[in-house]
Amino acid sequence: MIELSGVHKRFGDNRVLQGVNLSIASGTSMVIIGGSGTGKSVLLKCILGLVRPDSGTITLDGQDVTKGDRDAFLARFGMLFQGGALFDSLRVWENVAFRLVRGPTALPKERAREIAVEKLRRVGLKPEVADLFPAELSGGMQKRVGLARAIAAEPEIIFFDEPTTGLDPIMSGVINALIREIVVEMGATAMTITHDMSSVRAIADNVAMLHGGVIRWTGPVGEMDATSDPYVQQFIHGKADGPIESVR
Amino acid sequence: MIEATLGSLGRPVLQAIASVGRVVLFALSVVGHILRPPFYLRELGASLLQIGWYSLPVVGLTAIFTGGALALQIYAGGSRFNAESVVPSIVAIGMTRELGPVLGGLMVAARVASSIAAEIGTMKVTEQIDALVTLSTNPLKYLAVPRVVAATLSMPVLVAVGDAIGIMGGWLVGITRLDFNSAAYLKNTVDFLEGWDIGSGLVKGAVFGFIVALMGCYHGMNSARGAQGVGRATKSAVVSASVLILAANYLLTEVFFSS
Repeated sequence: MIELSGVHKRFGDNRVLQGVNLSIASGTSMVIIGGSGTGKSVLLKCILGLVRPDSGTITLDGQDVTKGDRDAFLARFGMLFQGGALFDSLRVWENVAFRLVRGPTALPKERAREIAVEKLRRVGLKPEVADLFPAELSGGMQKRVGLARAIAAEPEIIFFDEPTTGLDPIMSGVINALIREIVVEMGATAMTITHDMSSVRAIADNVAMLHGGVIRWTGPVGEMDATSDPYVQQFIHGKADGPIESVR
Repeated sequence: MIEATLGSLGRPVLQAIASVGRVVLFALSVVGHILRPPFYLRELGASLLQIGWYSLPVVGLTAIFTGGALALQIYAGGSRFNAESVVPSIVAIGMTRELGPVLGGLMVAARVASSIAAEIGTMKVTEQIDALVTLSTNPLKYLAVPRVVAATLSMPVLVAVGDAIGIMGGWLVGITRLDFNSAAYLKNTVDFLEGWDIGSGLVKGAVFGFIVALMGCYHGMNSARGAQGVGRATKSAVVSASVLILAANYLLTEVFFSS
């Protein structure tokens, strides 16, 4: 279980997180929604230790994430970045197998390549793609490669940062379905940040809305439409009028 | 009034001191990682190719023209004192002690510091560096260490090649334009050149290589967001590497030759 308690983070005068409290049960899929610039990515990076919170605690199965063996902690995670974050200088299969060929449990190159090709197949990409460079792929294919890399080492926890941003509706649907399938199949804990409501409905078991630096609402995805919270209602229906200020 | 004036003077001074401190800490961190595993030999090999091998043409061209121009200048200056015969020895000493390492270092700074800063800066803004961290890989170790080691190892070789080509440039001008006898020119060069003339230049080259890669990596890893941030990091890497090369050259010359 991932638990965040009173997490604060500011960048200069900008107080991004102002006391975030959130629990994500093991084996469930949590989707964090919220407008652009509300700190969703910062929250995710705080959990991974990419950004250090100013105060508050974040625990994974009761252990403070800032203490203990960092490599062992990170080995439990996989992450799909918003833009894919594929390494330009490496071939597709080398990107997917990046973790597999490094560290104390490094696999032989041939075995790592086999696993990479299998993971690429799992996300709907043909083996021929394995020897291409990321720049030779379309945006949707890059996302799939990023997804293959995130699941390559079969992590217990997978983070998805805006998985459908920049994709057409059909490709978004494909990626959403893949994420849901993989999370269920692997029994992994998933945390996704998005403002794409079709992703929320396809991926989530539970939803949390981040607004004003705090979790404004959280609950099962089935209860999201029925909630009376005006912030959630405005967000999920994309209304210009409501308590969330919009710049026009 | 006085307080405001002191404040406006003090702020940039404090910022400059803080920047120097950050660079020193970064350098110490890189050096600390050089001898600790894991070692990324494939990345080291790629960096040696990129920084060393592919810099040979620009260093060679710089050296040959500099050697030629140096021969012409020394001949013109020496003729005022009837000392035209010093051309071979001064070209050799000037190239090996100063111009080979300094001009080679500056050319490599322009070519390599910029490309390292742009590459790592782009990796930062596209979250590739965050991705490295999530894949249990230390970005400093994976990106900075191989580049710094490769530049420190390959710059002395580049300087040595540059020295030889520069001396050859002087020889070419000497025998074609200044009526020197080829054998006499080469004998004069060899007779007056000492081992430390060459060795000091190679040491300088290693230091300049370290500076070039360090500045490229530091500014790349601290790049701000967007194309403008990467552009600024690239510019800062080249400017800071060039200034540090010139400053380090003066300090090393003081240490090596002041007595």
